[in-house]
Amino acid sequence: MSKIHVTTTVNGDRMEFLAEPRETLLDALRNHLDLTGTKEGCGTGDCGACSVTVDGTLVCSCLMLAAEANGKRVETIEGMAGADLHPLQRKFIEHAALQCGFCTPGILVAAKALLERNPDPTDTEVRYWLAGNLCRCTGYDKIIRAVQDAAAEMRQDHRGAA
Amino acid sequence: MRYHRPTSFADASAIAAGATGTLRFLAGGTDVLVQMRAGMVQPDDLIDLKHIPGVDQITRTPDGGWRIGVAVPGIVLGAHEGLVRDWPGVVEGMNLVGSTQVQGRATLAGNLCNGSPAADSVPGMVAAGAVATVTGPKGSREIPVGQVPAGPGRTTLAKGEVISAITLPPRGKNGGDAYLRFIPRTEMDIAVVGCAVNLRLDGDRIVEARIALGAVAPTVILSEAAAMAIIGTTLDDAALAALAKAAEAAAKPISDKRGTAEFRTEVVGVLARRAAKIAYDRAKGLEA
Repeated sequence: MSKIHVTTTVNGDRMEFLAEPRETLLDALRNHLDLTGTKEGCGTGDCGACSVTVDGTLVCSCLMLAAEANGKRVETIEGMAGADLHPLQRKFIEHAALQCGFCTPGILVAAKALLERNPDPTDTEVRYWLAGNLCRCTGYDKIIRAVQDAAAEMRQDHRGAA
Repeated sequence: MRYHRPTSFADASAIAAGATGTLRFLAGGTDVLVQMRAGMVQPDDLIDLKHIPGVDQITRTPDGGWRIGVAVPGIVLGAHEGLVRDWPGVVEGMNLVGSTQVQGRATLAGNLCNGSPAADSVPGMVAAGAVATVTGPKGSREIPVGQVPAGPGRTTLAKGEVISAITLPPRGKNGGDAYLRFIPRTEMDIAVVGCAVNLRLDGDRIVEARIALGAVAPTVILSEAAAMAIIGTTLDDAALAALAKAAEAAAKPISDKRGTAEFRTEVVGVLARRAAKIAYDRAKGLEA
């Protein structure tokens, strides 16, 4: 079985690897590129722990072949913080919006994608957007509060910058 | 597994026609990858359709309809103002499939070809009168979308055939459509029952109607009796009661873990009434 040469941009860096035809983007990120922040929960697109963006679109990396990422721009949790934590990351810590933390990378990536499209969502909009991200610890309330607090801070910063 | 990236539907069809083992087409992959992981399907050949020019496009047809590429994901359909204005019922059905993440990948053509009786996008397409363009070794043909599913997990497509586009007809004046489904929660579930209504008004009176029922038979049902129950009426209480009765009579559901046949039969009548009211209001321009 011949491997497929994949060239992709991950968190702004050009990456190359050889993928098995059946290999998912999730497995390639974790096993070839050592980006283990992206988690495998269910492997069937139900839990959202493997959320990444591909060309700016939020997807489950378990539902995409590594070969399909050729020529694409992939963003993972590892690309979220700059010199400082992203406001979402800080607010998740402040609000204790995680316990075991396994779902957290996927929820952060998904929440960031939401706030880029909709900087001022209602609680209901946050809940629907994150319906594909399962958390078995927190009961979700703290997650919603952390996302809304981060959104408020980001709107403030945006106004300050403008 | 051989992973193919053809750049035309003719090439995709030729690869499929020549394949001797298990074959799958790959659009959004949200069903195929799950089946591969579960071991339900181990393709020898996987044909990725996303390198064919135009598959990611939504274009106006010369007569004012919409041609939708086979790799256009739900999130793009939902963000397309013209399509949402013309066919809100089709788009809302597709947008009920899975999570935000799944919407980033899942397609109308994939939802159709997966062959689930409960596919949320299919009743809306059937009610709208959508047409699937099928490309095969002998060229292309057009068939109503409702002729594609053959039963759970099966389609009527022959060896070497692939859906190359889905086309919605021109909306025209005074028309409206809607899709509703029942699930026991608010999100991330599979329809227990679904119903799409597409109708056209002349003044207050319904002059055309197409009503499609999902998850109440092995394949989607286009119920002429349900349509006849409301054509010629102003969707008054008597018409709504007749519609519910006709939808219940048309349904041939099974009992399974998601609902009993009796429950499904009752709910299909309820959904038909509610979806008809929404479609009627949309045709009147009362609701976006």
